[in-house]
Amino acid sequence: MSLVKLTTSALAIAALSATAAAARDQVQIAGSSTVLPYASIVAEAFGENFDFPTPVVESGGSSAGLKRFCEGVGENTIDIANASRKIKSSEVEVCAANGVTDIIEVQIGYDGIVFASDIDGNTFEFTPEDWYKALSSDVVVDGKIVANPNKKWSDVNANFPDQPIQAYIPGTKHGTREVFEDKVILAGCEATGDFEVFKAANGDDKKAAEKACIALRTDGTSVDIDGDYTETLARIESNKDGIGVFGLAFYENNTDKLQVATMGGVEPTVETISSGDYPVSRPLFFYVKKAHIGVIPGLKEYAEFFVADEIAGPDGPLAEYGLVSDPELEKTQAIVADEIVMGSDS
Amino acid sequence: MTDVPDHTKPQRSLLQQDAHTTKRNRAEKRFKTYGIIAIAIGLLMLAILLVTIIGRGSGAFQQTFLTLDVQLLEAKLDKKGDRNIEDIKKVSTFGYAPLMSAALETKVAALGIQTELKPKAMADILSKDAAAQLRDFVLANPDLIGTSVEFKFLTNSRVDGYMKERVTRESIANDKNINAAQLDLVDALHAAGALNKQFNLSFITGADASDARPEAAGMGVAMIGSLFMMLVVLILALPIGVAASIYLEEFAPKNLLTDIIEVNISNLAAVPSIVFGILGLAVFINYMHLPNSAPLVGGLVLTLMTLPTIIISTRASLKSVPPSIRDAALGVGASKMQSVFHHVLPLAAPGILTGTIIGLAQALGETAPLLLIGMVGFIASNPPDSIASGLLAPNSAMPAQIYEWAKRADPAFYERAWGGIIILLVFLVTMNAIAVLLRRRFERRW
Repeated sequence: MSLVKLTTSALAIAALSATAAAARDQVQIAGSSTVLPYASIVAEAFGENFDFPTPVVESGGSSAGLKRFCEGVGENTIDIANASRKIKSSEVEVCAANGVTDIIEVQIGYDGIVFASDIDGNTFEFTPEDWYKALSSDVVVDGKIVANPNKKWSDVNANFPDQPIQAYIPGTKHGTREVFEDKVILAGCEATGDFEVFKAANGDDKKAAEKACIALRTDGTSVDIDGDYTETLARIESNKDGIGVFGLAFYENNTDKLQVATMGGVEPTVETISSGDYPVSRPLFFYVKKAHIGVIPGLKEYAEFFVADEIAGPDGPLAEYGLVSDPELEKTQAIVADEIVMGSDS
Repeated sequence: MTDVPDHTKPQRSLLQQDAHTTKRNRAEKRFKTYGIIAIAIGLLMLAILLVTIIGRGSGAFQQTFLTLDVQLLEAKLDKKGDRNIEDIKKVSTFGYAPLMSAALETKVAALGIQTELKPKAMADILSKDAAAQLRDFVLANPDLIGTSVEFKFLTNSRVDGYMKERVTRESIANDKNINAAQLDLVDALHAAGALNKQFNLSFITGADASDARPEAAGMGVAMIGSLFMMLVVLILALPIGVAASIYLEEFAPKNLLTDIIEVNISNLAAVPSIVFGILGLAVFINYMHLPNSAPLVGGLVLTLMTLPTIIISTRASLKSVPPSIRDAALGVGASKMQSVFHHVLPLAAPGILTGTIIGLAQALGETAPLLLIGMVGFIASNPPDSIASGLLAPNSAMPAQIYEWAKRADPAFYERAWGGIIILLVFLVTMNAIAVLLRRRFERRW
C-alpha cells in the first residue's frame, strides 16, 4: 500500500533534512528565567522587524544556561546565555576548556528584588536587620549566639504586627537567592553587629562569619521555592501570613494580589532602583559567543537590537515591563557594536 | 436407640429470614451503597474539574477588539513614495505607533467622547501586537499606502480583563499598566460599539507571544509541533511495535529469553516518562547531535515511551484471536506467515488500532520528557514552512505550552493556560472517542 511508500519517504525526508539542519538559521538562547520575559519581548519584536526568524528563548536558570553556553562552539550549541548574575571565573574556565574563549558580556539593566505580602494583610516597612533577625538560624542575644528564638514579626521588631514569621524565598538554584543573602541577610547581620560576634566566635575568620550569618533557619519559617514566582504567589494566596520574595516586574504585573514592603524606608520602583536608593537590586546580563557572529544569521543584529535605545532605554518596552534601564546603556551599545570580548580591557 | 429427627415439620421457614441471611443481605446492600458513593465521588470530581477548566479557560476563546480606521500616511511609511518594499520594511513597528494613536484620537473625537487623556495614553489601551498587525498588512499590501483602511485591533490584556470582569476598578489601584481614565475611555468606546468582545480565532491558530502581549498568544504553532511529534511516533512506534509483538506472539519460541524480554517490556511501560526525557537528552541531542527543541527529537522520545503500550495492546489483541483460525489456515496449506498476515492480523487490527490511538493520546498529553529536550520557553513563535522545518525547527508542544503559560507573570496568561487545557482535552477526548468507536464497530468476539 501507499502507506509503506509514505513511511519510507517521510523517513527519507527526515534523514535528509537532518543533514540540512546543520545550517541553523535562528538564534538560540537559554538561561535565566528572570531574563526570559525581557528576552522574549526582544525576540518577538526582532522577528517582526527583521527578515530573520524569531529567536528561540529557553529558560532553566542562569547556571544551567551558562553550562550549556560553555559546552563548546558549533551550531548545536546555544549562541547566547541569559544570566541574572555575572559569569563566574570557574565558568569562564570551563568555557575556555571547551573552546569558548571570546565571550561578549552585555549588561542589559537592573532588576529589583521586592518583598511582598497578601494585599489584604498587614503592611510592612522592613530593614535588612529585620530579615536577618527573622530568618537567620542563629542570632546573638545578650552577646551570646543562640538558635533563633523569634516566632512572630513582633518579636523581631516591636513596631511590627503580631503575625507569625512565614517567608517564601527563592531556592538555591536561583540567582535571586544570592542577592537576597548578600544584600539583605548579610547586610542585616553586619548592621546588627552580630557579624563581629560571629567573627570572634570563629577565630576572626571572615568567611566563616559570613557563612554563619547567611545560614537560614530550617524549622519551616523560611521555605525555599525552587519553582517560579507563580509558585511563591500561590503559597501566599493559600497562607495569608506569608511574605514572599519577587522580582519587581512580577510584582508590577500582580498589584491586585500583592502589596509591596519598603526596604530601609524606600519603596521599590523603577526610579528608586535606577538611582540606587532601593538597596536590593542586581544587574542582568546576556553573554554572546563571538565565534558565532557571522555564522548564525541575525546574532549580532539581535544583540544590537536588544540594547538599542528604543528597546532597552527608559521609554522602551523592557522598561515598561519592569526592567530598570542601565544609565550607561551607551557603553553597552559600544561593546556590542565593536564586539569587545570579556577581559580585553575596554 | 437414636432420636429420629422430625422431618415432618420444617425447622425454619424459607419465607422467614434468619439472622445470618439478614446479615449477608445487609452486607450486600452496604456494599452497593459504597459503590454508588464511590461512583458519585468520581463523578463529582469530574464535574468539578470540568466546571473549573471551562469556567477559567473559556475566556481565552474570546478577546476584546477595537475597530479603527487607520490613515496609512505616505509621509510616515514610504518617504520616497516609490513603493519600494525594502524602504517600507525599514519602518519598524515603533514607526507605526503614531498612526494608531492618531486613528484612535480621530475615532474618539468622531464619537464625541470626552477624555483628558493624551493620544499616547489613549493608544495604550491597544495591544502592542497592533503595530505588528498593521506593519504586516502594509508590507503585504504596499499599494494601499496613502489610503484609509479599517482594522480590528486587539486591545491590551488589562482592557480585555476589564471586559471579562477579571480586572476591576478596585484591583487596578496600584497597576501602572492602566488607569481609571483609560477604563472610562474603554467604557465609552464600548457603549459606542467600537470596542467589543469577539471570538478569537488566533488563540487556536496563532503563535506564542512574549510577556508584553499575552492577548496575542495562541496555541496554533504548538499544535503543529504536537502534530509533527505524533507523526513521528506513529511512523516509528506502530510498525516497530506491531512487528515486535507479532514475532513475540506468533513466531518466537517460548523460552527463558523471551520470558525475560516479555517481563522487561511490561516493566518499560511503567518507567516514568521523565526518564525517557533524560535518555533523549543524552542520546539524541548530546550524542547524536540532533537539534535542540526539535519535534523530531520529541517524537523519538515519545516513541520510546509509547512502544511498550503498543506492544502490550497488540499482543493482547493477537492473543484474543482464537487458535482455530490459525489452525484452519494452516490446515488448508497456508504458511505460518500467510496465516498471520492474511487471517490473524486483520482480525486483531481493531484492537491494535485502539491500543495505538490510546498510546498516542497518552504521548500527546506528556510534558515531562519535553522539559528536558528544550521544548519549554519562548519557542513556538515561527510557524514551520515545510515538513523538514516542521520536524527540525524549534517548536513547542501543547502541554509544554500550557506549562509555559502557567508560569508567566501576567494573569492573562493564566487564563490562556486554562484555554489551552480545553484545546488539549478536546484532542484527547476525540482520540479516545475514535478508539472506542473503532472497537465498537469492528471488534469481534468469539
